[in-house]
Order: sequence, then C-alpha cells, then structure tokens
Amino acid sequence: MLKRLVTSREILLVGAIVLLLMLISSRFPGFIAPANLANVFNDTSPLILLAIGQMIVILTKCIDLSVAANLALTGMVVSMVNVAAPGLPIVFILVIAIGLGTLLGMINGILVWKLAIPPIVVTLGTMTIFRGIIFVISDGKWVNSHEMSPAFKAFPRADILGLPVLGWIAILAVIIFSVVMTRTTLGRAFYAAGGNPHAATYAGINVGKTQFWAFTISGALAGLTGYLWVSRFAVSYVDIAGGFELDVVAACVIGGVSIMGGIGTVAGALLGALFLGIIKNALPVVDISPFWQLAISGGAIIVAVALNAQANREKGRIILKRAEQAS
Amino acid sequence: MLKQSDTIMPSERATAEPAVLALSGITKTFPGVKALSEVSLNLIPGKVTALIGENGAGKSTVVKILTGIYQPDGGDILVNGVPTAFPVPQAAADNGVTAIHQETVLFDELSVAENIFLGHAPRGAFGLIDRKAMTRKAGEILDGIGAGIDPGHKLRDLGIANKHLVAIARALSIDARVVIMDEPTAALSHKEIEELYELVESLRAQGKAILFISHKFDEIFRIADNYTVFRDGQLIGDGAVSDVTEADLVKMMVGRDVSQIFPKRTPDPGDEVLKVAGYSHPTEFEDIGFTLRRGEILGFYGLVGAGRSEFMQALFGITRPSAGTVEVAGTPVQIRSAADAVGNGIVYVPEDRGRQGAILDLPIFQNVTLPSLGRISGKGFLKLAEEFRLAREYTERLDLRAASLDTHVGNLSGGNQQKVVIAKWLATRPKVIILDEPTKGVDIGSKAAVHEFTAELAAQGLAVIMVSSEIPEVLGMSDRVIVMREGRMVAELAGDDLQPETLVRHAAGI
Amino acid sequence: MSTTDRVIPDRLRSPFEQRLKSWETLLLFVAIGIFVANSFASPYFLNAWNLSDATFNFTEKAMIAFAMALLIISGEIDLSVASIIALASTAMGAAVQMGVGTPGLVLTGLGVGLICGAFNGVLVTRLGLPSIVVTIGTMSLFRGISYIVLGDQAFRGYPASFSWFGQGYVWWVISFEFVLFAVIALIYAVLLHKTNFGRAVYAIGNNATGAMFSGIRVQRVRFILFLLTGLMSGVAAICLTARLGSTRPSIATGWELEIVTMVVLGGVSILGGSGTIVGVVIAAFVMGLVTFGLGLLNVPGIVMSIVIGALLIGVIALPRLWAMWRAG
Repeated sequence: MLKRLVTSREILLVGAIVLLLMLISSRFPGFIAPANLANVFNDTSPLILLAIGQMIVILTKCIDLSVAANLALTGMVVSMVNVAAPGLPIVFILVIAIGLGTLLGMINGILVWKLAIPPIVVTLGTMTIFRGIIFVISDGKWVNSHEMSPAFKAFPRADILGLPVLGWIAILAVIIFSVVMTRTTLGRAFYAAGGNPHAATYAGINVGKTQFWAFTISGALAGLTGYLWVSRFAVSYVDIAGGFELDVVAACVIGGVSIMGGIGTVAGALLGALFLGIIKNALPVVDISPFWQLAISGGAIIVAVALNAQANREKGRIILKRAEQAS
Repeated sequence: MLKQSDTIMPSERATAEPAVLALSGITKTFPGVKALSEVSLNLIPGKVTALIGENGAGKSTVVKILTGIYQPDGGDILVNGVPTAFPVPQAAADNGVTAIHQETVLFDELSVAENIFLGHAPRGAFGLIDRKAMTRKAGEILDGIGAGIDPGHKLRDLGIANKHLVAIARALSIDARVVIMDEPTAALSHKEIEELYELVESLRAQGKAILFISHKFDEIFRIADNYTVFRDGQLIGDGAVSDVTEADLVKMMVGRDVSQIFPKRTPDPGDEVLKVAGYSHPTEFEDIGFTLRRGEILGFYGLVGAGRSEFMQALFGITRPSAGTVEVAGTPVQIRSAADAVGNGIVYVPEDRGRQGAILDLPIFQNVTLPSLGRISGKGFLKLAEEFRLAREYTERLDLRAASLDTHVGNLSGGNQQKVVIAKWLATRPKVIILDEPTKGVDIGSKAAVHEFTAELAAQGLAVIMVSSEIPEVLGMSDRVIVMREGRMVAELAGDDLQPETLVRHAAGI
Repeated sequence: MSTTDRVIPDRLRSPFEQRLKSWETLLLFVAIGIFVANSFASPYFLNAWNLSDATFNFTEKAMIAFAMALLIISGEIDLSVASIIALASTAMGAAVQMGVGTPGLVLTGLGVGLICGAFNGVLVTRLGLPSIVVTIGTMSLFRGISYIVLGDQAFRGYPASFSWFGQGYVWWVISFEFVLFAVIALIYAVLLHKTNFGRAVYAIGNNATGAMFSGIRVQRVRFILFLLTGLMSGVAAICLTARLGSTRPSIATGWELEIVTMVVLGGVSILGGSGTIVGVVIAAFVMGLVTFGLGLLNVPGIVMSIVIGALLIGVIALPRLWAMWRAG
C-alpha cells in the first residue's frame, strides 16, 4: 500500500511543489504569503485551463498544437467585437469566445476523425492558419487597452474573496473536469479510447468520435482563455501567447500525462501547470534573470518524462518461483 | 458420403431448438476477397457451439459481424428469429451479445470495476457514474464466478488469467444472452484452462448461448455441444459434437483426409555446433544448458509460460542473461544483441510473425535480404540485382507463392509469411536455426510443408531447435526433447522416452 | 511439373510506372503550376537574381529537412532543431567575442549541433523516452541556454570570410547556400535510397521490433539519425548566422514546425516508414516559391502561413476526400 502511495505521480509532484515553495520561502518568506500565492495561481490560470484541455486530447493519443493560436484568434475576435459594440454584455462575449473556440476545436476534431489525418499534422496546419487569419481580420493592427470597454477589461480581474475571477474560473474548470473525467461515460471513454483503441471499439466506443470531443473540449477551453487573456492583459495582436502551446504540453508532461495516451488526470495537469507557474513567478523574486525560465522548464520536462518512463516501464513475465516469491 | 465434405450438409436439428441469435445467408465481401458466402450459424441458449475452421475460413469475420464491427453485405442477423441490424458495436451489446477476445482487450489504466462497467455503469445523481454501486456490483459478479479480484485494483496489476476473468465478468455484467469466446485458452496455462472450462459450464448452466472458437480439438470435445465448420468463407457442416469424431471435423476443415504424417528422417548428427551452459535470467529462466549437433533437431516442450520463448530470445540476444556461456563450434561467443547472434550463425524464427518475424509493409525481397545486406552490398551501397537474386534463390527453395518479389509481405497468407521469415534466415547461411512455434497460425495444409523443409534443413546439416506446444509435432520432428517447467529444464528425453505421457508428466510436474 | 511455371517475377509494375503515379509527381506538377502562376502574377518573378534570392527562403530549412525526413521515416521526430540553431549560433557568437577565426567558428557550429543531437539521441535511445516529448523539452532547454547567455542582447562582428557562407556566390547567381543545399540533397538521397543504412531506416520505421529481430542495430541507427539532424542544424546555423550577420536568442523561431511541414508536404508519412528525398526537395521548392511569389505581390509573410498551413492539411486531406467521394 505504501509503495502505491509513493509511486503515485501526483503525490510526487505535490512533494516537488512543496519543496520548491519551501526553498523559495526560506529566502523570501513573502512568496508564500496567501495574497502572493493567490496572485501566482491567478497568473497560472490560463495555463491550467489549456493544460486540462490538452490533457484530454493527449489521453486519446492525439496532440493539439493549435491551442495558443485558437486562443489568440478568439481573443482578437472578441476584442474586435468589443470595439465594434462596446455595450454588449460580457455574457455574450463569453458565449462568443467559447463558441468560436469550440468551433475551431471541432475543425481539428473533424479532420482527425473523418479524414484520419495524424493530429500533429492537423494542428500544425490549423495553428499557422489561425495565426494567419488573425492578421487578415485585424489587418495586423493591435487592439489596445483604451479601445476596450471597461466592463470587458474588468471581468477577469474582479476580486472575489481575494482571488480574481480568472482564478475562480480555473478552479471551476478543475472541479467540473475532475467530475467529467471520473464520473461520466465520456470521461471514461477518453481513457479507454487512448489506453486501448482496439478494445474501445469492441466496447462500443467510437474512437474517432471520442477524439473529436477531446479536440472540441480543448478548443472550447482555448476560446474561453482567449477572452480572459486579452481582457486581463488589455491588449490583442497577432502574436499573443506565441509558443504557449509548448508550455501547455510541458505542463501535461510534467503532470504525468503519458504522450502514448490513456494515462493522465486533471489533478496532474493542474499540478504540472502550477509547477511551471511557480517557477515563472519565483525567478524574479529570487533574483534570477527571467531568461532562465525557458531552460528550466525544458529541463523539468526532460526530468519529468524520464521519471514517468521509469515508473511505467513494462515488466517482463515472472516465471521463476524464486523471483515470484521475492517480489 | 466420402466426397460429401465439399457440399453443405443439411442441418438436421435446425428446427429442434430456437436460436437466441442466428446468422442466415450472411455474405461479406472485402476488396478482392469473399470472406463469407451465405453462411448460417445458430446459437442456442444453454449450449456451447464450437466454430471451427482454418485461418482465413471466415471465423473472425463472423465474430466482427456478430459484435457490430462489420456490416454484412447480404443475409440476416436474427435475434430470437427477428431480423435485426447491428450498425454499431453498442447495438450488439444492447441485444445481449458480448465477446471475449483472443488477447484480452481491456484497459490497463482503468480499474477492474470500470473495465467491467465501461459504457453501462450504474448512474447516480445528475446522471453521473455511481462509483460505489459500480464497485459493489463488480465485486458481486466477480465473487459469483469465484474470482477473488479486488474491483478497485487497476487492471494493469493483474495477470493474464485474471484479466480473462474480468473480461468474463464484463460479459456477465451486461446481462449477456450470447457470449462469444474467441480462442480464450490461447494464452492460458493448463490449470487456468481447467478453471475456464468450469466457468463455461456455469455460463451454460445459466442458459447463455456460447460461441466457442478454437483450434484445439481436445477442448472442442471437452466442452462443446454443437459444432459449425467453415472453410473458405462457406458453411461446410454443423451438428452435435457427439455425432462426429475428430477425424470427421478435420476432414471438414481441410476438405481432405489429413493424417498427421511427419517426414521420415534418418538422423545423422555431425559435429557439435552449439553448447549452452548455465544460462540464467533474474526472473524468467535458470540454469539452461545443452549441446546441439549439426543435422540434429532438438525439441523444446513445455506449457505456455514455461519460459521457452524467453530463453530463446535471450539466446538470440534480444534480452540479456544474468549468467551463462555460449559456444558456437567450440568457440566461446558473446551475444549482446540480435546482430551478434546473427553474426555468430544463430537465427530465430519468432512466434509473433506479424510483429517480430516479418516487416509486413516492406516487399518480400527486402525482408529476405535485410539481415544479409552487409554481405551482398558493395561497401554499404545496395545492389538491387543481387538482392533480387538472393531473394529468388531462397524463396524458390521454400516454394513461396506470391504475385511478385516486391509484393508486401502483409499481403501473403500466414504460411507464406512464415516462408519469407525462414528464407530471410537461410539467406544468412546460419549454423543454428531456432523455430518458435513454427506452425502456429499456419493452416493445416501448410503445416506439412513447414515440417517437410524443417527436416530438409536438418538433412542439409543445419542444427535446428524447435519450440512447440503441440505434442505430435514435437515428437514427430525431434531427435531429442528438452522439457521446461517454470523457467527450468526438467527433463531431456530421447529414444524410447519420447512418449506423449512422459512429456506431459514432466511439463506439468506430476 | 517444371519449376519455371511458378517463377515469381521480380516486380509487377516497373519502377518508372510506380514513380509516375507517385506523390512526388503530383507535387512536381503543383510546383510547376505555382511557378507558372507566379510568372503571370508578377513581372518581377522571372528574374535570375530575384529567383536566386528566393532560394534563401528554403535552403537552410531544407538542409535540416533532409535529415529530419530520415528521422521521421524511422518513426521518430526532432522538434528541437530550431533551438539547436539558436544554441549553435550563440556559441559561434561567443567564440567570435573570444577572437576565434572562421575555421574555428565553423567547427564550433558543427560541434554544438553534434552535441545537441547526441544529447537527444542518448535520451531517446538509452533511456527509451518518446522523441516528441524529449525534443519538446530540449527545444526549450537549448534555446533557454541561448537566452541565459544573451538575454536581450545580440552577438555581432562576424568576420567577412565567415559571411561568405550565407552571402557568397559560387558562380553568377548561384549562391554558396544553394550549392550546399544541392550537395546535401544528393548525399541524403544516396544515403536513404542507395545504402544499407537507408534500408535499415525504412525497416525500423515500418516495424522497429521486426527490424531488431532481423539483426538490425535499431538503437544505433536511431542515435546516428539524431546526430545527423543535430549536425544539419549546425550547418544551417552557420549559413543563417553568416547571412544575418548577428545572433539573437530568438533566431529561427518556429522553424521546427516549418521544417516538419516541408517534410510532410514532401510525402513523408508522419507515422514513419515511407517517404523520399526527392519529395522533400520538391516540397522545399513549393514552399519557397509560394513564399516568394506572395512576397512579390506584397502579401505579408503571416498570410503566407495560411497558405502553407492549408497546403499541409490539403495535400493529405484532398486525396482522402477524393477516395471517400469515389467510394460514395
């Protein structure tokens, strides 16, 4: 029993995060002050949202490299909608953002499901297409803070019990998707379709369709994050969140999501994102150049995947009695 | 009656009992192949029906049609006599049809309870899965079949036999009326097979209709009530098992009389080519040692899971032994990789042809020349004409049937794929060839051919090691037989000791 | 019964016939079509110097794409190539500050490329990690090191003799880079299609287990492929650095995806096992011509990415749609 606990990926990661926080706080106690931790969490929320979506996609043996481009495109569209109709209530903005993101995710999903094109190729393509479309619709111009309506900018920053709405949305997403992944048929289908596609077919699960839903969820979360991103930073242009898709994949890998599919949890994605978020926020505090961040997250990915691989190594058959007793 | 086997025998008891699930006049065509042509099949409650046929007879196509994976081109699926379509796998499940497959197709990362209830889990508040109820029900079903498995465990922690039990529990959980078992005993040990038989009997007692697909005649006569024989996608005959003999079934399967005749050999062992001593592995085998001479066939017998293949793969350099020595023709050699083994003249024809033996998406000639490229190329550059020459020489020697030498191996039949694998190794001019279950998945007609050239190889001075689980094959082919049990050598038999009972006694440890 | 009546023919279709129906032929027509369309669309297109300039759009990427093609055919991938360029370029920039001359700079670039490739190779072949994750990690790591060294600064001051690798012409409009591209294409075509090593690459990509059981040293081949990809990234780093005359840590950002696009567009299966160097060469020209043609029409670079992205999906989707439509 103890062995099961110790090898559990999530607990290992919680340990790593606690250790990291202890190290930082030993020199800068202010870092673990509740207000600062709330700030770090809030800052990491977009990564958490996207990592949850990406985790689901990776579970089904796919990958979604278009999430950051989806985020940027949706963000640009809602910014332009806001500029054109400043009075439009935020609810409609949210509906547009989630709706458009979902649609973009469905495009990926359809190409993977109906045409059976490898997901890495599909999302590589849509990633560049989405970025290009942003340029076309915006004519390469920025939507700046002063053009956005106050309500548009205020929503993600509104403070509830010391945590901005952005952070609360991430918490809500974690709760909702924890339930979806463990307590719904679709949630278990994601695991089944990725863990053993052949068997899933026999169990009455349409693997392609399950992958389609994974991309749809990933797209919906990316769209939602698109609005939250542009309103929080109060700016929208072609290159926002450039390269962010790799941070998202990194968060998943660090969170113990297996790139081979079938293994991963919402908690893992959350912890992986937090690990990267804490490092990013801690670097300036401990007076290390922010330029170190990229190399550190790269190193963390490699260490994480090496540890995961060690834990998942296939064991050979134990035939000898002696060996059987010893184990 | 003697030439009767080519025509469809009328089903004498077709109207006797109502079938819960039946196929009537089912036809299924794939590009270029007629997989099934107007076949019928009746599954009757409380009866075990054995579906028998050679590879390619259409058995797996039938399973896929019954489970909604494939749609028939013509004919009817009758559920209690009513024509019903199974457009998706779920429709088959909804009609109480469930299948347990050759390799247990379940989900390692899900819990046992989730595996049992995937797709039809009990629901609680808000339509969410009720985990408590699911775990409890799973426990009840598992207890019902006498399986002491914790429903909360992840499936990956279970052994193969327990995974089978989970698959059966899954079948029971959907209140199946029809249970399809596709070669369920293929990967099980002797004891596990007995337990499975008991389960099948209890399912039968519960009034389930069972379709039992098997290659093994002993188990058909042990548990089946009825039989249905397919050949080349056609129904050849069906009836009660008690009315037929094994010879009758074999005749229906292959369409001709086949007595298992093994090639006559006059063994003339030459010099010693291989000497293995003290070969051990931490978990798989221990202290294996023997010698082998030119022109000799050494059989390795044991139950599935006795460690024979594991030892052979270590000898071939796929895995590393923890101790032991190998001498080839009197010279000690180090084997750290398959390349080393091939370099020292030891080659291995694996059991898993599609994954390990051949590269299915490459042409025949490239498969044959792959290990020999170092020898027939010019300083690392390919010589295509030389490749074709070599491939032709060895494939013709083995009487390969193929459209052309650049046909992909995946398009060949099992027997012809096996010939490509063997041709590949003969082209390296080996000293020792290891054949691991060489006739598994090879139809009866081609088996004799495999035996024939195995004998011929030995006659030409090659040393042959033959791993086989078929007692007639091991006894019919080998000069000596080593029996393994639980990773150890338990007997080395020759001459008059080569009796079926002796082999079984040593292998089972009785 | 004589044995001659069942002699198996070597081939049913001649190699020429197979080639005619191939992906590469289709792609060649696409390339010709784009060339013709461009020459109608812009009066500046059919100009030797303009065309020569256009080749710089793809030569450096294509050098890496050839090695990447072999890697993808073997069933692996390397997403860290652009970051290797950044790290190699940074190392060369640092070497310049220490007064190293042109030969030393070239050795530095190639050396860093090899070391990075070896690092990827060790992680994949020794630790058995999936290459896509490993190289997403090293992609951040390698470029991250460049950022640590350079921050928001840049290295400049490359010697004039070094600049020749990126700016020199061998004869008339034929640039050094273009000649290098052609030579490397030839080397890789021979390596993949005419050697035992190339055959092993295909075998591994189709069935790595089967290749191992056939006595192929699978891990060694994979390791060499990662080395080659690293080496080619080093070569590209030399050319690109020489052409730009400066090194920033953001150099060649996003190239890994363009290179993978080039390889896949060239008909290499992303799942491994099939593809040709000729296809990658044509794909390089297609991408270069599209970029150049749209540039002449004053279409901004980012819009071209729509075309490239659509090409990538379209070239795979259209044949499948066509097959589905024909099947009804």
